[in-house]
Amino acid sequence: MNAYDFTFCNQRLSALPSGALWWPARRLLCVSDLHLCKSDRVARRSGQMLPPYETAETLARLSADVARTDPATVVCLGDSFDDLNAALSISDKDAETIATLQAGRDWIWIVGNHDPGPVEFAGSHLGEYSALVLTFRHIAGAGPDISGHYHPKHGIPGAGAARPCFMFDESRLILPAYGAYTGGLHATDPVIARLFGPKPCAILTGRKAICVPVRPSGLRARSGRSRGNRP
Amino acid sequence: MDLPPLFHDWFAQRGWSVHPHQQAMLDRADAPALLLIAPTGGGKTLAGFLPTLAELADGGHAGLHTLYVSPLKALAADIKRNLGTPIEEMGLPIRVEDRTGDTSATAKKRQRADPPHILLTTPESLALLTSYEDAPRIFAGLQRIVVDEIHALAESKRGDQLMLALSRLQALCPDLRRVGLSATVEDPGAIARGLACHPDPCEILYADPGPAADISMLVTDERPPWAGGNARYSIPAVLEQVKQHKTTLIFHNTRAQAEIFFHNLWLANDTDLPIGIHHGSLDRDQRMKVEAAMVRGDLRAIVCTGSLDLGIDWGDVDLVIQIGAPKNVKRLIQRIGRANHRYNAPSKALLVPANRFEVVECVAALEAARENDLDGDPKGPGPRDVLCQHILIRACAGPFDADALYAEVRTVGAYADLTRAEFDDCLEFCATGGYALQAYDRWKRLLSRDGLWQLRDPRASRDIRMNIGTIQDTDTLKVRLKGAYKPLGEIEEGFAAQLTQGDTFLIGGEIVRYEGLREVSVEVTRRADKPPKIATFAGTKFATSTQLSQRILRMFQQDRWPELPAHTAEWLHLQREISHMPQADRILVESFPHDGRAHTCFYGFAGRNAQQTLGLLLTKRMEEEGLDPLGFVSTDYATLVWGLQPVPDPAPLFDEAAMRDGFADWLAGNAVMKRTFRASATIAGLIQRNLPQARKSGRQATFSSDILYDTLSKYDPDHLMLQITREEALRGLVDFGRIEELLTRTAGRVDHVTLTRPTPLAAPLLLEAGRIPVAGAGRERLMEETAARLMQDAGIADL
Repeated sequence: MNAYDFTFCNQRLSALPSGALWWPARRLLCVSDLHLCKSDRVARRSGQMLPPYETAETLARLSADVARTDPATVVCLGDSFDDLNAALSISDKDAETIATLQAGRDWIWIVGNHDPGPVEFAGSHLGEYSALVLTFRHIAGAGPDISGHYHPKHGIPGAGAARPCFMFDESRLILPAYGAYTGGLHATDPVIARLFGPKPCAILTGRKAICVPVRPSGLRARSGRSRGNRP
Repeated sequence: MDLPPLFHDWFAQRGWSVHPHQQAMLDRADAPALLLIAPTGGGKTLAGFLPTLAELADGGHAGLHTLYVSPLKALAADIKRNLGTPIEEMGLPIRVEDRTGDTSATAKKRQRADPPHILLTTPESLALLTSYEDAPRIFAGLQRIVVDEIHALAESKRGDQLMLALSRLQALCPDLRRVGLSATVEDPGAIARGLACHPDPCEILYADPGPAADISMLVTDERPPWAGGNARYSIPAVLEQVKQHKTTLIFHNTRAQAEIFFHNLWLANDTDLPIGIHHGSLDRDQRMKVEAAMVRGDLRAIVCTGSLDLGIDWGDVDLVIQIGAPKNVKRLIQRIGRANHRYNAPSKALLVPANRFEVVECVAALEAARENDLDGDPKGPGPRDVLCQHILIRACAGPFDADALYAEVRTVGAYADLTRAEFDDCLEFCATGGYALQAYDRWKRLLSRDGLWQLRDPRASRDIRMNIGTIQDTDTLKVRLKGAYKPLGEIEEGFAAQLTQGDTFLIGGEIVRYEGLREVSVEVTRRADKPPKIATFAGTKFATSTQLSQRILRMFQQDRWPELPAHTAEWLHLQREISHMPQADRILVESFPHDGRAHTCFYGFAGRNAQQTLGLLLTKRMEEEGLDPLGFVSTDYATLVWGLQPVPDPAPLFDEAAMRDGFADWLAGNAVMKRTFRASATIAGLIQRNLPQARKSGRQATFSSDILYDTLSKYDPDHLMLQITREEALRGLVDFGRIEELLTRTAGRVDHVTLTRPTPLAAPLLLEAGRIPVAGAGRERLMEETAARLMQDAGIADL
């Protein structure tokens, strides 16, 4: 497998090239920011009719990861649905796919800012979830924890466009957005960088998970907001 | 039609007489469609307006009489000024106003309530006008439409959009007469067919082309360099020419080249000649300052790009210098026409090759210009992304009948062969997104109610109006001096992203220092202490035309090249000695090692864009063959590929069937295709470029249109947007049509030469900028190595 294995809080974890996190000791698969049914919400809110296939695509990727790892527990780390209305509009076929994935496993929906309440699916709906020494929540809090929300992305200089990435140091692990229609925030953006110590690493997703150190560089941030010009 | 006596007196007072073509336009003033072909500066705009002025002279017409459409906002403003003179001096009761993106909201509102007699506008502003519900009232009484520089519009989707808008106007005003004004083109009949209301005929009038231009290549003591486009070597000679002439226009093919040349010109300008710069990325105020200075005759030279291609009257230009090979003979002739605009003297022009190969290209272009052998590619059918936008614009104006709209659209020459099924696909796309999966029943954009199509939510018209237009602006950021409000200009977002504090770059001819991002603009200071990085602009990179490429290949077959400077002729002789000269009916391939990598050079002479595509296709085939290509670079005549393994036999790489299969597969994952998709999807309204508040939303919310392309390709491969993208790929940036042409003319005849070092013709490509990495196994391996090294350096490799 093209995964990258690393140690976080004394646990051996595996960053899959798809953007999912695999914890072999607990047979736990974790994905973040699926943003299912995003096209429906966009159409409802702005009238823009995006290709309505992102839910099927995201679930197809998740199905592949589930088939490969056969997890006992699946943790969806928040923003699983683009909003609570969208969760209602999911097609029968996509709902069936979710039910199939859930069969025979513990399924944990962590609430996110996009889906702040319980959704109409089986599984536990939790604000956060802890197992052994690891805490899973949507937005990074008092660490150490594993979270999502920021959609980090990073690129190796001279090697093409930035890719969604994991980011971690000794006290924090942030997952990339797993959903098909999700953008990203540069790993060097101060909004993300300030959550980490001076030496975080990024694990790039893609054909193969590749780990690189992230050099702090506030000036390269291009978040479109005014903070970019501060070091 | 005769001119009223008042006009004859005015002409006489100025010592002018009516040109024969101006009289011919008057004589045929009643023709439903009329095209005038006249060289630059042949008084063609006045010829277009004379019938209008004559018809309006008695003051009997109320409301709008004539619409004037031009490709440039600046041209509309210029015409307004020029029309002011006869109207004022003859005391004509005529109100002329312009309406462009720069017109204030108040003025626009007033124009809708009380339109002037003559309205000067652009295709986009006109399309916007037709989208208003009160369009029938605004255009009531409209008699004539004058399309200026129609040859320039006809080359792009702006022309298609304009002609669709005309079909709407014709339905509102059945007596509308159409007049087109064009520079010299290779196929006037095609422009005429595009102008007329199909299937009406359109008469073509030709003005006296004037004396033949005096064009030559600038001879310098210094030899042109082997590669690159900045022509720095020619600066002293160019300055000398500027000194010897009153006003010189110095044309460049790209904005970046113009900036660099201007910068170097300034450094060498020890006699402080007043020289300005003008291109599309500069701030409007800056451009207007330069234009005003030029009209006053304050400037001795202007370094410019295509932004000065069109007919603004610049006064006493007596020399045109073209830096870089002209790539296209038609454009060269049009540019040369900018000199001696007013006088019946030959235009004077100098070509400056930027590198050694361009010497050959310039000589070929000179020959073609002397023979008046103009080039151009026939246009394909009307693009359907523009039609989608037209349907949405029509919906903004109120409920419509699909049959009537279909009939209207087919009166546009480019859409005359549009089938009902194709039209219905576009309508379906506008209404529901046109997806195989019906997902938007509740959120449809258009509904059919009582047999009429209309917007489900009328508020959607705001977004549609904000997205009108077919010009693709890349994402740019404004550049401002710290503390200043006025921007200096714009740079591409991708370029801005590479900058770190302290980096310097060129804009408007000055070096500025990057300080940071503020809101959505780039803050700079003048504390430049490093040599500049080069600003990258989108500015179109033109490909050398098919006709010009063929001419060069014919030249290559000569035994000797007396018409070329000695240094260039020797270079070609050396190539012939060491390898072969490329031929039109064969593909020459040279393989040689260089710098530790295997290099292979493919001479296709298919133009920059097609050579680029060829590079992508060949490296894909090489990847499949396990040759581990790492990257390639393309020019107008060749593609150079380097990799880890040498190519043993290139012939199978050109297998026609495999090449086409490869093309189909490759379409799915290619960056240029994604850019093409993005352009069409934006025009058709799938992606909104000016969504209100879009700028305010955070970055996480926005995602790249590439993802939409990938998703559609996987789940809905026959979707209209993908059909359109594939059609576009035959031309433009992908230009697969020219690869087809290459494969046909060479029919598998491949000559492979293996050498121990680079050949004379291939060597310049080693220096060429714009290298493209290949994302294959070889690259992935190098990337892993880089990452491992970075981890090692950081002391965390064992993490």
